[in-house]
Amino acid sequence: MINAVGRDIPEEILEMTGKEVFHGNNYFDGYVFQKASPSTKCVINSNGSKVIESIHEALVKCEIRDGMTLGFHHHFRDGDYIVNMVMKEVHEMGIKDITICASSLGKAHDPLVKYIEDGTITNIQSSGVRGKIGEAISNGKLKGLAIMRSHGGRVRAIETGEVHLDISFIGAPTCDDYGNCRGIGGKSNCGVLSYSMVDGDYADKVVAITDCLVPFPNFPAHISMTKVDYVVVVDEIGDPEKIATGAAKPTKDMRKLMMADYCTQFVVNTPYFKNGFSYQTGVGGASIASTISLAKIMKERGIRMRFGIGGLTKPMCDLLINDQVDALLDTQDFDLAAVESVKDLRHFRISAGQYASPFNKGAVVNKLDFVILATLEVDVHFNCNVVVGSDGMITGAQGGHPDTAAGAKCTIVITPLLQGRTPAVCSEVTTVTTPGESVDVVITDYGIAINPRRQDLIACMKEKEVALPFKTIEELRDMAYSIAGKPQKVEFGERIVGIIESRDGTIMDVVRQIKPFEFSEK
Amino acid sequence: MEIVKPAIAGTLESSDCQVTVEPGDGEIDFTLKSSVINQYGNQIRKVVFETLESLGVGSVKISIVDKGALDCTIKARVEGAVFRSAGQMEHLPWGGAIRP
Amino acid sequence: MNPDKKRLRRTMMFLNAQKPALIKDPYIYRPDSLMLDLEDAVAENQKDAARFSLYHALKNIDYRGCERVVRINGLETPFWQEDIRCAVAGGCDAIRLPKTESAADVKRVESAVEEAEKEFSIPEGKVLIMAAIESARGVMRAMEICEASERLFGIALSGGDYTKDLHTHITGTGIELMGARQNMVIAARATGVQCFDTVYTDLDNMEGFRQDVETIHLMGFDGKSIVNPRQINIVHEIFTPSEKEIIFSEKVVREIDRKRAEGIGVFTVDGKMIDIAFYDGAKRTIELAKASGVYKGDL
Repeated sequence: MINAVGRDIPEEILEMTGKEVFHGNNYFDGYVFQKASPSTKCVINSNGSKVIESIHEALVKCEIRDGMTLGFHHHFRDGDYIVNMVMKEVHEMGIKDITICASSLGKAHDPLVKYIEDGTITNIQSSGVRGKIGEAISNGKLKGLAIMRSHGGRVRAIETGEVHLDISFIGAPTCDDYGNCRGIGGKSNCGVLSYSMVDGDYADKVVAITDCLVPFPNFPAHISMTKVDYVVVVDEIGDPEKIATGAAKPTKDMRKLMMADYCTQFVVNTPYFKNGFSYQTGVGGASIASTISLAKIMKERGIRMRFGIGGLTKPMCDLLINDQVDALLDTQDFDLAAVESVKDLRHFRISAGQYASPFNKGAVVNKLDFVILATLEVDVHFNCNVVVGSDGMITGAQGGHPDTAAGAKCTIVITPLLQGRTPAVCSEVTTVTTPGESVDVVITDYGIAINPRRQDLIACMKEKEVALPFKTIEELRDMAYSIAGKPQKVEFGERIVGIIESRDGTIMDVVRQIKPFEFSEK
Repeated sequence: MEIVKPAIAGTLESSDCQVTVEPGDGEIDFTLKSSVINQYGNQIRKVVFETLESLGVGSVKISIVDKGALDCTIKARVEGAVFRSAGQMEHLPWGGAIRP
Repeated sequence: MNPDKKRLRRTMMFLNAQKPALIKDPYIYRPDSLMLDLEDAVAENQKDAARFSLYHALKNIDYRGCERVVRINGLETPFWQEDIRCAVAGGCDAIRLPKTESAADVKRVESAVEEAEKEFSIPEGKVLIMAAIESARGVMRAMEICEASERLFGIALSGGDYTKDLHTHITGTGIELMGARQNMVIAARATGVQCFDTVYTDLDNMEGFRQDVETIHLMGFDGKSIVNPRQINIVHEIFTPSEKEIIFSEKVVREIDRKRAEGIGVFTVDGKMIDIAFYDGAKRTIELAKASGVYKGDL
């Protein structure tokens, strides 16, 4: 069945998943549902602590068994040890058929591939996967269907009961013996624990794993003891070097600087750029450079930002330090400057649900004026792909891309026209992850295209005679193809290995098994 | 032209490709490793075969490691390797056997 | 005369002709000229490979209006003649000769270019020449170099080698370059060709770069050689005429055109008498304003 972004979703997949095809961003506006609820094992007896000996003991006490769903967060990114530690134990206990429901998985989790191959893990639900797991899924090694869902989509899936978390593991930089977890302090400081908050609320069993046990009470707690069953102390929960890096040096690459400059020029010429505007940006070189050049113009023109959302990095936190923004709303901290900034009283921790879930009474993304995003591909319908590489291999994550794009009044996607030889602007993206109706502007090193759905923005730029290299999206694609040659459509196998779930739970697209390349002539 | 001795041209930097030629067994033995093989594998093969034909090379073992090079770079590297193999540095047939 | 001889050349960006990642799309940064280098940037054992790369880049890549200058290897090397054949066959716009010391050097290049144009059926006179001056001797002979060929559109100072020859080095102050710059720009103006300044290699000192460009702009140079696209906008900004200059130039051109049509030889702008000698300069300002994208008038 053809969905709202023109993708044909096979009936068998609709039957297998019980899902609908994507009908457009606001299809579920006003939808009423009963929230799911976890089972809770009461702790009334006042003697003692929740600290137990080992992950093994935690798994035994949580009554792990075949077919369970385990929750994990990705606040430690490429420095995470938690997922591997837990799954090693699960594997050694001979448990099979596990569904991993993580907020994201990355290169740190390459060791999971052997558990995929031996049937320990048969389903993966994640914002996305990089590295070897992505290759394993694309090569058809995962028994079940991989589900890629956005940060907001994960919260929705858990709150509606579409996914039931049997046990969730929360890597906690600091924790007390009664389970109060904080993202700050300790050796593996990650700032916040936003993506775990829904696990705390909805998992039957919650296990906190820490390498820094602190005296009770570890307050203010980011995850409360009232939600935690057990606490396990290990030597290391992650590699601090890879959890929060030193602030990236501002890029000196002229291509990125030029795109950042185009972006800033565009932003400041929209009607949304005025006192009290709101803003979010990613962590790519061009996005960060945009924030830096925007801060300069804000200062020159005396314009203040009301709030910034992140995925935070130093340039966003600098806005706070320089008193150019009233508040930062934080779901994730990418560098040490951002982690440090968490202490600021105007720096607020928010949950993934508050941030981005489409199935609550309104998420923060809905209040965004601007979001600046990257993409692997964007097509002439403005659909973006941030999960599957142009070669057909799963290699990225949705993150908050579809959530923020849907929410923001002005969604800007920055990408070089060509990624190596591969045209980033193309006729049809390999896989749709973010629908074109959410994307307003595409900025490349060769020119800028405004989505024709946004005649208001087109008129505004015209009226102000903004001196930017405006092109149509088709012109950008044609330029890319004339330089690199028109790419051949990647050939896939028949088997569907994953689905791209829209933030509302409908099916945006499917991902098929990769097929080894063969020359058409021998 | 005859492939006299093994020769290499190009690098493994992004947007470049490294071409190795060795004397062949009377045919074109072509191998390709490319970061964009799924999208451009057939195109790269076509460019390589056309370039070899234009140079009059019918017997060669040619292997290419491609890092997303454009067609014009692939041509340049194939010619670079072939003329190196032949030891010819001057009086090159620009616009003749070296076809734009 | 080849009409391109006098084209606008505020920025000339150096690119290693052997590096595909560099030469594939430098036009997006909109320099006036590109200088595809076969000389210093290319290692001795890659001179051959660089030519194939250059040839196909010239033939296949649409540089979207950027002038394509090729820097050949010096006349003391075994490479320069084949470099010229390759560049001319590829369809370059100009050849840059390094280490030029005399009119005779230019003439050797001129005849090789002429021959290559014939060999590859390129219209005679299409390929221009520029001469880089890199020694005290070259500087002292700037005038004869400027006059050596009808194809020569300009001379460029190459500061690194020149300062060595002078027993000094690049200091960042410009003191060591004062004499050469002054001598060369005067020679260029005296002979009606263009004059370009040397590169500024300290990419971490954008303020120093800016001062350097302001200096050479005031000295009368036509443009600057650059080594990184980050330098382009600064040069173009400094070479962009101010609104005041543009308005004045417009008035000068209109006044002189009108009075001349009426057969009057006395011109006044804003109540002041002006000389006919203002005319060419005013025209140049308008052209520069057009190229910089700031001219909105109809001249």
